[in-house]
Amino acid sequence: MSQPLPPKLPHRFFRWFCHPDLRDAIEGDLIELYGERVREIGKRKADWKFAKDVLLLFRPGIIRQMEGYQPVNNIGMYKSYFKIGWRNLVKNKGYSAINIGGLAVGLTAAILIALWVHDELTFNKNFENYDKIAQVLQNQTFNGEVETWWSQARQIAPELRNQYGSDFKHVIMSSWNGSHKLTFNEQDVRKEGSFMEPEVTEMLTLKMLSGTRDGLKDPYSILLSESTAKDVFGDLSPLGQAILMDDKLEVMVTGVYEDLPRNSSFHDLTFIAPWELYVTSENLEERTGWGNSWFHSIAQIEDNADMDQVSLKIKDVKLNAVVAAGDDDDRFKPEIFLHPMSKWHLYSDFNNGVSVGGGIQYVWLFGLVGVFVLMLACINFINLNTARSEKRAKEVGIRKTLGSVRIQLINQFLTESMMVVVLSFFLSLVLAQLALPWFNEVSGKQIGLLWTNPFFWIIGLGFTIITGMIAGSFPAFYLSSFHPARVLKGAFRAGRFSAIPRKILVVAQFTVSITLIIGTLIVFKQIQFTKDRPIGYDNIGVISAPIRADGIRDHFDAFRNDLQNSGAVKEVALTDSPLTATNVTNGGFTWEGKDPGMAEEFATLRVTHEFGEMIDWQILDGRDFSRDFASDSMAFIINESAARYLGMEDPVGKSLKWGNNGEYKIIGVVKDMITQSPYSPVKQMLFFLNYKRVNLAHVKIDPKVSATEALSKIETVFKKYDPSNAFEYSFVDQDYGKKFDNERRIAKLTSAFAGLAMLISCLGLFGLASFIAEQRTKEIGIRKVMGASVANLWGMLSKDFVLLVVISSLISIPIAYHYLSSWLENYEYRTSISWWIFAFTGFGAVLITLMTVSYQALKAALMNPVRSLRSE
Amino acid sequence: MRQYQLGEFEEVVMLTVGVLYDEAYGVSIKKEIESRLTRGVSVGALQTALKRLEDKGYLRSREGEPTEERAGRPKKFFQITALGKRALEHNKTMREELWNSIPKIALDGKFIGM
Repeated sequence: MSQPLPPKLPHRFFRWFCHPDLRDAIEGDLIELYGERVREIGKRKADWKFAKDVLLLFRPGIIRQMEGYQPVNNIGMYKSYFKIGWRNLVKNKGYSAINIGGLAVGLTAAILIALWVHDELTFNKNFENYDKIAQVLQNQTFNGEVETWWSQARQIAPELRNQYGSDFKHVIMSSWNGSHKLTFNEQDVRKEGSFMEPEVTEMLTLKMLSGTRDGLKDPYSILLSESTAKDVFGDLSPLGQAILMDDKLEVMVTGVYEDLPRNSSFHDLTFIAPWELYVTSENLEERTGWGNSWFHSIAQIEDNADMDQVSLKIKDVKLNAVVAAGDDDDRFKPEIFLHPMSKWHLYSDFNNGVSVGGGIQYVWLFGLVGVFVLMLACINFINLNTARSEKRAKEVGIRKTLGSVRIQLINQFLTESMMVVVLSFFLSLVLAQLALPWFNEVSGKQIGLLWTNPFFWIIGLGFTIITGMIAGSFPAFYLSSFHPARVLKGAFRAGRFSAIPRKILVVAQFTVSITLIIGTLIVFKQIQFTKDRPIGYDNIGVISAPIRADGIRDHFDAFRNDLQNSGAVKEVALTDSPLTATNVTNGGFTWEGKDPGMAEEFATLRVTHEFGEMIDWQILDGRDFSRDFASDSMAFIINESAARYLGMEDPVGKSLKWGNNGEYKIIGVVKDMITQSPYSPVKQMLFFLNYKRVNLAHVKIDPKVSATEALSKIETVFKKYDPSNAFEYSFVDQDYGKKFDNERRIAKLTSAFAGLAMLISCLGLFGLASFIAEQRTKEIGIRKVMGASVANLWGMLSKDFVLLVVISSLISIPIAYHYLSSWLENYEYRTSISWWIFAFTGFGAVLITLMTVSYQALKAALMNPVRSLRSE
Repeated sequence: MRQYQLGEFEEVVMLTVGVLYDEAYGVSIKKEIESRLTRGVSVGALQTALKRLEDKGYLRSREGEPTEERAGRPKKFFQITALGKRALEHNKTMREELWNSIPKIALDGKFIGM
């Protein structure tokens, strides 16, 4: 009996919706039932029952998934990706280490640099009125050159308030931050702080821990920072306590504010005293006019005002006021403008009155270096992976034969690269944490990893994933495109040109590394060059100590005698500014043959008679100051630059008229001395005698006496004439050395990163070389059998790499030359870029390459050919 | 009850599988239930229950030989697993405990009330 067939439509419907695992069994049941029913109740009814059964089967659990044969999720597949990925990592430990290590080092550098850049860019951002605060600066023209001054005359703030009150919320005057003595209960502490007008508290929105922001309204008050309050009072409550400032001003603590953050311009503002107190105690009303730009001024514009517009508006405020007051400062054509807080830190350099950047160039420099280092690490990754593609080609072939679709292969390779990248990221976090103390020391910052900042993680992980995608995508898409049949037949050969992209990447790597190294060398050379510049005097063993009591000025001769009698001191002299920063300038001179239009300006240094002897200056013409000539009180000694500046053939004996101060005779010309920036040419300078307006004592220690012994003797003498202050001093040669700190810091950082770049490139090269040696094992074996020497093989294997590095050198030389010569333009006193630096770097790079490659090359060349040929 | 989830119909299906022992497959189970309990069982309900029980691990299945009356489709024979047996026993003891806990008076009272 033939089996009756169920109705077609429901049957087909059933076959369509039923889950394939259940289909056959249920279908069998249905057909069996149908057959019985046909016999028992007839075909028509059986048909209906069949349709009903099918309909009732249409329920969850029986219905198949709508998409293909896929299970509910792909977890199984991902598990497999990770498992295979991990096996691959462990199998090729060497490659994995190079990959992960190289990438981690690159990421560490990038993280450190990113943190540094972040710190630089967030400078001052803690202030609520960040967008509205500006420093009031002035441009003045001296002899055709525009100079930008951060300092202002005392009158500028009142003038701005009166004339442009509607544009400003606050304008305040402030003294320069200086070290002051605070005495409480006979205990002294020295703290950095300023005298400021009361509104500063609102402007900087100080967080008051006690007291109020109105604390400075009383002229005999003082606000302390938290740390200062702790140092002065310990656990006592500071509020309402009286302290003595600089032994003469009694002030009452009216508030304590939270310490200002380290990456802000005010971080060393550890106390604020009222400006009014400064004006009265220093007698500034009488002593200072528009011509005395001794202070500085900070403004906060109105909330709806525009910084640029206000800045333009106030341009002539000083000029007008000066003209109205009948002052002669108008000949310097003063132009007032606002320098917004956002630019204080990174855009603080002005050239001829125009902002020319500043710190921002280092942000760019290091940002670029960071990107490059990371790029090098990524290139390693790509190169090592593609180089190994031939090895994994078979795997791809087999996977494809067994049914892998391309997307699965792509996922496999991307997973592997992601694993490497994520491992590297966590490794780099550890490395960064370890490197931070060193990095902070070199960069002079206090940066921590932003563990708790979600943006740090988002950016870090996001960046990691993007890196993994980019680095992994090339191998992923390239490898997965292999044709299985051809690969498995063994006909797969990476074509002649398949190595070209790899070679280009290697060249790019070495170009960057070599450029960085050349850069580092030139920075070092520039520092060395400037350090070797003759300074024109002897600063070894000279100490400089601030004069804090009139005793030293008033009894200078006795003071000097006592010092010299102590046996430890050769000579003593007083000056008004430090020997490393003679920044006091004066104008108002006239002389015979002066161009009447010339707005002259000289650096001036007030000295005592023995100054020249103390620093051992070299008199080229005329004579030194002498106590034998009373007329020397009206005499100048000028430097060579001043002689040129004056345009005098034989300046000795000629005179200069200095405003109302009278006629000064030039008695001598000295050799130029570097008392300002060692990178700039020496300025025209006048030295003259003055025993009143001097601030620093300079003591030349007798070289025969040890420094510690001499210092204790000097201290005794200082204490005798200034019993109330602690003896503070610094060595002038060390102060001079500090002028190189910035450059040295850059040099240290760039050298570290250049080293890293080289290291990463070499790691990559090492990996590539070992791969190539492995790939050519058979060839090397055959060559050896045919009689090739080890040297031959070594040459053959190294040649390619050396060629790439030579190409890189040739590319990097002009690039480095271009950028470094423009960097050196910043320095008026600069070294030359000599050819030997390029030669040295190029040679060094080739040497390092050879060493890197030779290890692998020799290993391959020394192998016994029997072993390499036997294995199949 | 928590560790052995077994609905009423599921229990019936499992017991029937047990009754049929070696011959338990779709049609035979359906017929057995229908004849013993005098209630209609749709293929859909039965198959869903079987699949669920198999997923829970109470039943396992093997494929039989294809036969002509099934148009070459194999039979899917079911068998109770150890876990399934435990679930059934658990259900049974739970019921008995409940039965035993009913005070006599409750059942007697009911009769009186009638």
